[in-house]
Amino acid sequence: MSSLYEQLGGQPAVDAAVDIFYRKVLTDDHISAFFEGVDMDKQIGKQKAFLTMAFGGPHNYTGADMRRGHAHLVARGLNDSHFDAVAGHLSATLQELGVGQDLIDQVMAIAGSTRNDVLGR
Amino acid sequence: MATFTYNGAAYPAAPEETVLETLLRNGIEIPNSCRAGACQSCLLRAASGAVPSVAQQGLKATLVEQGYFLSCVCRPEADLLLETAGGLEVAATITALERLSATVMRARLRTATPLEYRSGQYITLRRDDGLARSYSLASLPEDDALELHIRRAPRGRMSGWFFDEACEGDAVSVRGPAGGCFYTAGKPEQPLLLAGTGTGLAPLAGICRDALRQDHHGPIHLYHGALRPEGLYLRDELQQWMSMHGNFHYKPVVVEGAGVTNGALDKVIAADHPKLNGWRGFVCGDPSIVTMLKKNLFLAGMGSREIFADAFVEAPCN
Repeated sequence: MSSLYEQLGGQPAVDAAVDIFYRKVLTDDHISAFFEGVDMDKQIGKQKAFLTMAFGGPHNYTGADMRRGHAHLVARGLNDSHFDAVAGHLSATLQELGVGQDLIDQVMAIAGSTRNDVLGR
Repeated sequence: MATFTYNGAAYPAAPEETVLETLLRNGIEIPNSCRAGACQSCLLRAASGAVPSVAQQGLKATLVEQGYFLSCVCRPEADLLLETAGGLEVAATITALERLSATVMRARLRTATPLEYRSGQYITLRRDDGLARSYSLASLPEDDALELHIRRAPRGRMSGWFFDEACEGDAVSVRGPAGGCFYTAGKPEQPLLLAGTGTGLAPLAGICRDALRQDHHGPIHLYHGALRPEGLYLRDELQQWMSMHGNFHYKPVVVEGAGVTNGALDKVIAADHPKLNGWRGFVCGDPSIVTMLKKNLFLAGMGSREIFADAFVEAPCN
């Protein structure tokens, strides 16, 4: 049985997903303010690292990294509704790419496991 | 087993080790984060040696062409010579100074030895007293001189010198080139969009010339924005390029003023080209405008890897 990451298509799948995903995030008025003025290239790198992890791929993140990386956003009011919005865009991106629901569910479970760290709880 | 040379020292790789692991094991600090070939924190450049293609997956074409790779997923079979510093310093002479507008000077420099560069990259110019500033290259490598566009910055020490004191024949030195905002061949049909403000026009004009020289036949749209018409320059030359090349289009845009398209640069571009799927983009100049244009091009459908940018960061006064 190949890993989730392999079934999704590995790094080329991440490259295919990142633009679709990030475009959805940036055009969602509920969350776009958190990305105001940030540099696209740096942000794309971070989004790719996040997608790689959510796809079950190799990563080096710890819960502490997630907390540190989002603390300044939590201070600006980041909450469950924003987390849900981003998760929704991730799920919609995978649907758009024709990924099967069982694999999407696995990705969403990994992404969802970061909720408390991202929101600093 | 492969050996990696870094800052003059040779480091043999252990079996299955990545370049990053070898260097870290030897106590060399290389920034890194995801270790999965995604975040690009651990980017290194190979000056020579074959890099496996998997270590360049997902990188922009200009980085690939310069030999950059992701060291965390790079397990080369052959030796690599790694580069860290920004090139050598070479002596240069100012060969021509020409005012293009009240605030922009075109300077041409001849280097003692030929500089290998791509139009749109930048060099750091150093005066004999050590004062240094970076400028983008508007020239082509086969031109007989480097061409820089120097904007007179308020109380700018280097630009003030170029406007008030520098003469043809003065000696300076040049380090570089650096930067990943340049044309790469391979997609001659692709529509190109170039946009910038101020002397962001220098790299953009260089990139246009480079593309035309390499027979790019897709449409090339160059936008130059300014507050008022006095902020524009090189207009006659760029109009001439239009009559020489049917696929080249130049549009000056000002916020206010007669005789030119009026409006905000991003709005004018969006009105002319609402959909940019499949296009390639280059944006240069004022950092806040570069950040905004990059985002707008991306949201109009341009791929993130197809957007090349150079934000001009001003040197602090004194």
